Amino acid sequence: MTDLTKLTLVESIKHVKDKKCSAAELVSAYVKRIEKSDKLNCFNTKDLENAVSKAKKIDASKKLDKALVGAPIAVKDLFCTKGIKTTASSKILSNFIPTYESTVTEKLWNEDAILIGKLNSDEFAMGSSNETSNFGNVLNPYRLNNENLVPGGSSGGCASAVAADLTSATVGTDTGGSIRQPAAFTGIVGLKPTYGRCSRWGIVAFASSLDQAGPMTKDVKDAALMLDVISGYDEKDSTSANKPKSSFLNSIKNNVKGLRVGVPKEYRVDNMPKEVDDLWQEGIKILKENGAVIKDISLPHTKYALPTYYIIAPAEASSNLARYDGVRYGIRAEGKDLTEMYENTRSKGFGKEVKRRIMIGTYVLSSGYYDAYYLKAQKVRNLIKMDFDNAYKDVDVILTPTTPTPAFKFGANTDDPIAMYLNDIFTVTANLAGLPAISLPIKYNKDGLPLSLQLFGKSFDEQTLLNTAYSIEQQVNFKSQVKDWWM
Amino acid sequence: MSINKDTIKKISKLARISVTNEETDRLVKDLNSILKFVEQLKELNTDKITPIASVSDQVLTMNKDEIKKINEKEEILKNAPEKNSNYYIVPKVIE
Amino acid sequence: MNDKEFNYYISGETGKWEVVIGLEVHAQVSSNAKLFSSSATKFGSEPNSQVSLIDAAMPGMLPVINKFCIEQAVKTGLGLKAKINLLSVFDRKNYFYADLPQGYQISQFKHPIVGEGEVILDMPYGTKKIGIERLHLEQDAGKSLHDQDPTKTFIDLNRSGVALMEIVSKPDLRSPEEVAEYIKKLRSIMRYLGTCDGNMEEGSLRADVNVSVRKVGSKDFGIRCEIKNVNSIKFMQQAIQYEAKRQIELLEEGKKIDQETRLFDTKKNETRPMRSKEDAHDYRYFPDPDLPPLKFDQSFVDGIKKKLPELPDDKKERLIKDYKLSSYEAGVLISDKDTSDYFEDIAKNSDVKLSINWVIGDLFAALNKIGKSIKESPISSKNLTKLIDLIKNNTISGRIAKEVFELMINDNRDPKVIVEEKGLIQESNVGELEKIIEKVLKENGDKVAEYKSGKDKLFGFFVGSVIKESKGKANPALVNDILKKKLS
Repeated sequence: MTDLTKLTLVESIKHVKDKKCSAAELVSAYVKRIEKSDKLNCFNTKDLENAVSKAKKIDASKKLDKALVGAPIAVKDLFCTKGIKTTASSKILSNFIPTYESTVTEKLWNEDAILIGKLNSDEFAMGSSNETSNFGNVLNPYRLNNENLVPGGSSGGCASAVAADLTSATVGTDTGGSIRQPAAFTGIVGLKPTYGRCSRWGIVAFASSLDQAGPMTKDVKDAALMLDVISGYDEKDSTSANKPKSSFLNSIKNNVKGLRVGVPKEYRVDNMPKEVDDLWQEGIKILKENGAVIKDISLPHTKYALPTYYIIAPAEASSNLARYDGVRYGIRAEGKDLTEMYENTRSKGFGKEVKRRIMIGTYVLSSGYYDAYYLKAQKVRNLIKMDFDNAYKDVDVILTPTTPTPAFKFGANTDDPIAMYLNDIFTVTANLAGLPAISLPIKYNKDGLPLSLQLFGKSFDEQTLLNTAYSIEQQVNFKSQVKDWWM
Repeated sequence: MSINKDTIKKISKLARISVTNEETDRLVKDLNSILKFVEQLKELNTDKITPIASVSDQVLTMNKDEIKKINEKEEILKNAPEKNSNYYIVPKVIE
Repeated sequence: MNDKEFNYYISGETGKWEVVIGLEVHAQVSSNAKLFSSSATKFGSEPNSQVSLIDAAMPGMLPVINKFCIEQAVKTGLGLKAKINLLSVFDRKNYFYADLPQGYQISQFKHPIVGEGEVILDMPYGTKKIGIERLHLEQDAGKSLHDQDPTKTFIDLNRSGVALMEIVSKPDLRSPEEVAEYIKKLRSIMRYLGTCDGNMEEGSLRADVNVSVRKVGSKDFGIRCEIKNVNSIKFMQQAIQYEAKRQIELLEEGKKIDQETRLFDTKKNETRPMRSKEDAHDYRYFPDPDLPPLKFDQSFVDGIKKKLPELPDDKKERLIKDYKLSSYEAGVLISDKDTSDYFEDIAKNSDVKLSINWVIGDLFAALNKIGKSIKESPISSKNLTKLIDLIKNNTISGRIAKEVFELMINDNRDPKVIVEEKGLIQESNVGELEKIIEKVLKENGDKVAEYKSGKDKLFGFFVGSVIKESKGKANPALVNDILKKKLS
């Protein structure tokens, strides 16, 4: 019998539709693995029994026509799921049970996907290593000389779960690289759609002008299928884009002939490890060999992207997190009056990194500093966007590495916030410009760690992005090398 | 523009987060380090640049003047740490 | 009428002072749903029964704007003859309070929906233009109840998220009277437009009052204090009087005014500081990333302009022109849209002078007595028209009309029917009148003699006696004529 958990999402759904396995068998296969995988600490909340009974109901109904029928899917613990605890991996929401479902996850369940649990992440999506969660670190299924590595962040639980076959696919959120960077660290596919492509309604907000939900999957076709399901205009989200709907999966093509691929010189940073540079060259070679046209381009304001991000994101976060005050939900600490109650609740409820970002965010918005920091950053953001608008006159997609290094050890960057922030150096530009971007695993380095490349697309042109990624994927034939060492 | 203990005190009051002395020391260090990093933006002349207004050029969605749900009292009070059947309850405010 | 002079000056030991006042009025938009959510806005509902997930600021909630509220703001701006900004931005005003669930209020800071405009006041000393600085849309906050428990505060979020129009005046007001007129005029404009019901008891209209003082003749502005959340015109006036006096006393002692926010204590009739210095708010305004900028084109504004009802000032001009009313009379009529409508219903078809006197005089007095508004008037405009016509065509005298009016207050009956029933038709038959007059003159021969020898005042006595003898029904004008002839 096929190990059902080794199938891709597309393959598993076909199995169910073709009655090669039942939904219950599919879900149970994943449940078995999950039950043996607590060491990875991917899950904040599991809902396994319910999942199996939902699967049984689907089997009994004999209605197998939905797009995600029977697929067991765990989602990042930032998506509000009705009746299921949603914590944002924070102490302050550790007891919060929403009475409503986020638009994105609602779409999954409407296509008969089955919720199996909520995935661990960096607290309030703030981090690049999943080391800031209130519920402990997540482990990368890949190790270096048997030493544990971070899975990346903030969607670390998501990435680890997909890579370790604990979920058939997942949705994460990406504000500065939080889907793509952990996808790169764990050798899976991670897609951040164009800003506005997916609804933000019901997702715990971190930085409103940067957050986007997106799929994290075993391969590119899976990502296309997930995007088909979760994308779409939502009138409850004023930043949601109203675009005509068509199927990304059905239009996927393995053809890059004549595709114009931009290679931005500014992404070749100082001290870039040779293996990353070599990887980049390999990607260029593959595309060239398949008929793509490679163009050297310039995105002149690239080096200012990270500082811009680290002004705008904390500023918006400082305001978005003001509602966590112990009054209407979440935990509450004692205080002799309202002010003290607020201060104690938030001090106890938020972790170090979150507090740090709220503080810097409050500072850059405060009187006397707003013009020099926040306003300035929004202007530079415009410059960065214009860089891309300009480049896209001559190219269709842009190719870069996803991260400057492969997965690193725990504690490697926790002393210096800036060192940690540098992990996002190649990814934040997509969020600042609102563009779609995908991370694709290419090969393993000499230590057996996955290395990935990133593609940027034009606004709302996820199709070209997916096609290009699919093309490369077919060439490189990257296969998972995860060993179940934690079981 | 650098941050000292007084700044931390002021910001933590604005953000309603109490900080211990140790935390204050560490925050002074961390925040200054972040500030130094973001100061780079000063290098750019942005006098003629407008700040980004909205990321994907969206048009503001508008709703009709209709009441959608009537009385969600139970639902919105459900998760409150302290409440009675009608109100959220908090420690008294000192006006 | 306009010959009085402005005279609200306060004499101090060091000279004459004037008061400089600016108002920030918060007017609740008359909409069914809130500004960014679809819950109800009705006043006085069960606590927390009009609160949605968005209003309660649950995790992941997002605002979506109510189009009707935008239209009402534009309408109001047009009523204030103000510039309508085709592009405006919503900003977050960040601060913490238990009745502010988001930890920020969605407002408009740098780019409001409406720009500069004006309001014209009718003062005894002439008309005065009060400048409007701007009008913007913002969310109202919920309510904190501090008196339900000794150590706890209860929070009701019904009002949280209701649409407010904040109307900021320029510091052009100079007296409590001007402030009263300004509020009344503003309220009247919004009521005419239907954009706000102006009901201060229910909190749909309240104001922050900015007060400073300076020596008469000075062009510089003094340091001002803001008195927050005053919800009646009377309190606004009292607060201004107290605050002006307080500031003048301080300045005359050589002390400085601290720029601060104050509250008006309605029981003690004084203002006191609201917050300590260190809690000074830094609102950290920034554009709300959940809301793209608000853009509309001129045709949207023009569409609204076309459908505007006649505004109070325009109606006043028209009433003066069409009905030859005095400025005072027109002013009284337009103070309320229902009043001017009622008046025009009558005056269109009837004697204007009588219409005015009966509406402003008798009707107003009667309504006052029974505590009803003109909309609730027990006497319909149709029937009051009939009454006036009866006077005009001499069927009854003015005196009798007052009697009939009293009867109509109770049951709005057709005055013609009442007059016939009670036999109140005026006696205008000359022959009949002569009979009565002769009787009176005969019975008062001595007085006749006195009159003929010079005591002119007695004429009134004769008139009165004739009226009395006729049980009020004698036509006074005719009585006058006949008596004159008989006594000459």
